[in-house]
Amino acid sequence: MQQLLFAVTTMAAGVLACVAYFYGTNWILDRIFPSKGLTGKVASRNLRITNTIRPWLFLGPAMVSLTIYLIYPVIESVWLSFHDKSGQTFVGLNNFKWMVNDGEFRQSIYNNFLWLLVVPAAATFFGLIIAALTDRIWWGNIAKTLIFMPMAISFVGASVIWKFIYDFRPEGSEQIGLLNALVVAFGGSPEAWVTLPFWNNFFLMVILIWIQTGFAMVILSAALRGIPEETIEAAVIDGANGLQIFFKIMIPQIWGTIAVVWTTITILVLKVFDIVLAMTNGQWQSQVLANLMFDWMFRGGGDFGRGAAIAVVIMVLVIPIMIWNIRNAAKEMEGR
Amino acid sequence: MIASARSPLVWLVHLSVVLLVLLWTLPTAGLLISSLRDKDQLAVSGWWTALSTSTQSLVYRAPGADKQVEKDGKFVISGNLLEGQSTGQVSAFGFNSREPAAFQPGQTADLGDGEKLTVQADGTFEIVSDKAMEGTRGQRIFYTAAVPPRFTLDNYIEVMRAEGIGASFINSLTVAIPSTIIPILVAAFAAYALAWMKFPGRAILIAVVVGLLVVPLQMSLIPLLKLYNGVGALLGVPAKTYVGIWLAHMGFGLPLAIYLLRNYMAGLPREIMESARVDGASDFDIFVKIILPLSFPALASFAIFQFLWTWNDLLVAMVFLGTGNDSLVLTGRLVNLLGSRGGNWEILTASAFITIIVPLIVFFSLQRYLVRGLLAGSVKGG
Repeated sequence: MQQLLFAVTTMAAGVLACVAYFYGTNWILDRIFPSKGLTGKVASRNLRITNTIRPWLFLGPAMVSLTIYLIYPVIESVWLSFHDKSGQTFVGLNNFKWMVNDGEFRQSIYNNFLWLLVVPAAATFFGLIIAALTDRIWWGNIAKTLIFMPMAISFVGASVIWKFIYDFRPEGSEQIGLLNALVVAFGGSPEAWVTLPFWNNFFLMVILIWIQTGFAMVILSAALRGIPEETIEAAVIDGANGLQIFFKIMIPQIWGTIAVVWTTITILVLKVFDIVLAMTNGQWQSQVLANLMFDWMFRGGGDFGRGAAIAVVIMVLVIPIMIWNIRNAAKEMEGR
Repeated sequence: MIASARSPLVWLVHLSVVLLVLLWTLPTAGLLISSLRDKDQLAVSGWWTALSTSTQSLVYRAPGADKQVEKDGKFVISGNLLEGQSTGQVSAFGFNSREPAAFQPGQTADLGDGEKLTVQADGTFEIVSDKAMEGTRGQRIFYTAAVPPRFTLDNYIEVMRAEGIGASFINSLTVAIPSTIIPILVAAFAAYALAWMKFPGRAILIAVVVGLLVVPLQMSLIPLLKLYNGVGALLGVPAKTYVGIWLAHMGFGLPLAIYLLRNYMAGLPREIMESARVDGASDFDIFVKIILPLSFPALASFAIFQFLWTWNDLLVAMVFLGTGNDSLVLTGRLVNLLGSRGGNWEILTASAFITIIVPLIVFFSLQRYLVRGLLAGSVKGG
């Protein structure tokens, strides 16, 4: 309780400090370069000066915060990746050479590519199907809410939920995991699913797909509704059937949105960490880059060089999407 | 639109949506139901059988010899195997673990030494002996019973008290609330500057924000950990503090906040601002009196995102708050329990449900803003 009080007090102090900063700097600026009540050259000069300075006052705290927490670390990480575990001695490309020869790293890269292939595709696919189906039934919004719900659940919480589904009891005893119970009911023999090398990747992916489908659905549903009625009416008049309309009229019009959904999930997949940590912690050949990186941060007292090198690999994989996003945003700014 | 003309297709649509909804809700439903079940039942039967009577093999230890009563020249220990349970039915019993179901209810088992055990279907039992019985350890009675479904909050009470979930809940709140509120103003001012003020370098700054949106958190961890350790050593304070994690969450949340708010503010009608400016209002007045109130929906969207993200976060909390017993947030605690109590599903399910209940409440009550925020953040032109 005391702790919460402390949190609320700090929060109030933080908000007050923000208000004080913005209000105070603004007031000082207006004091030094007054423009109200003055006329002529001085006023317009002061106005020009305040208009030049004020944006930077507004941006200041955000820029400081972004610099400390994102920009500086990116540079520092790259620098550290060329240094040894304590970050003192320059070792050139040694960390990257180690990486290429490390079995666990290669396993992680391989698994990450599997994740990249399956998760964005599956989540987008299910999201699109569900968006299209729910748009034409009366209880569609209820269905959407229920499918969207896992978005609110933490990766760790979702991992517990699914671990319970994959739960394994030796053959002969009653299965309390849903999946094994189904397998047994259909005459199969139960398996400890998350310990099966290679296939366990897919059992972990199911969790992320389960969470992300709602996201894809919400966005694609809005895009589908944004399609101009006339294009569909024209197709109906021309005698197109349902599937033709969906694939030839609707899908091509929402390609842009599909790409946005796909890339957003792709980035999430590259950073997936909680699920693997909670389900297998990288055992049974299910390691991924983000978990391996976390491992090296603390393993053997922490090897910052190798950890940073793995982070740099994740960053390099993200960069193409980053550039694509920036170009899209820039294109859009021109349109305004 | 497409299917409405043909009714079999309509049914197919309804049916497939029902299936999909089931697929998406059953896992969570299973967790909730399981967390409310009696832990002995949870361990032996699937949650989908929660409403039916389950058959369990159980052990009961009869009271010791000091509880015996002399009756008609015989010594008797009596009681009920099913005590503490309202109803139930014993279908078999035995007195050693090799043959736990050797006898039918109503039969009498010879325990040797002149002692005889009788168990009735309703669970009452009697151990009868001609001479006084000795020993403080009572006879073990194995029995198979049909136990009716039982729902209880015991699992929740247990995890709140014994497993540290209660303390972690407070920790999670401590992390999430300030991390949600503090960045809002900072982001709003920056977003306004990027949306409506003219200054050199604006386009580049916007591009930087868009770029930072996707920078993996992993890039920040090691440098910030080093930085925090350095600052901690310099000032003589611990490196892992709540202030540290609040600032970290603020830094990581800012790109999305600025991006969302800028998109929203840029969409506000220019005329409002121009007429205010003609009336002599400065940018500061315009922002505080006009833009901020108008931007409420976008602010709410971001607040929900940030709250869900900070509450559900594991990585940042583990790195910047540590994994000590006192400082674990709910997600971290859950990971620990997965390791230490991997087989105790009554503990895991109840803990997991406590972990997800707050975000679920936020989700269901504020879904509107969440959807709006998603659309503004992802669909270009929003």
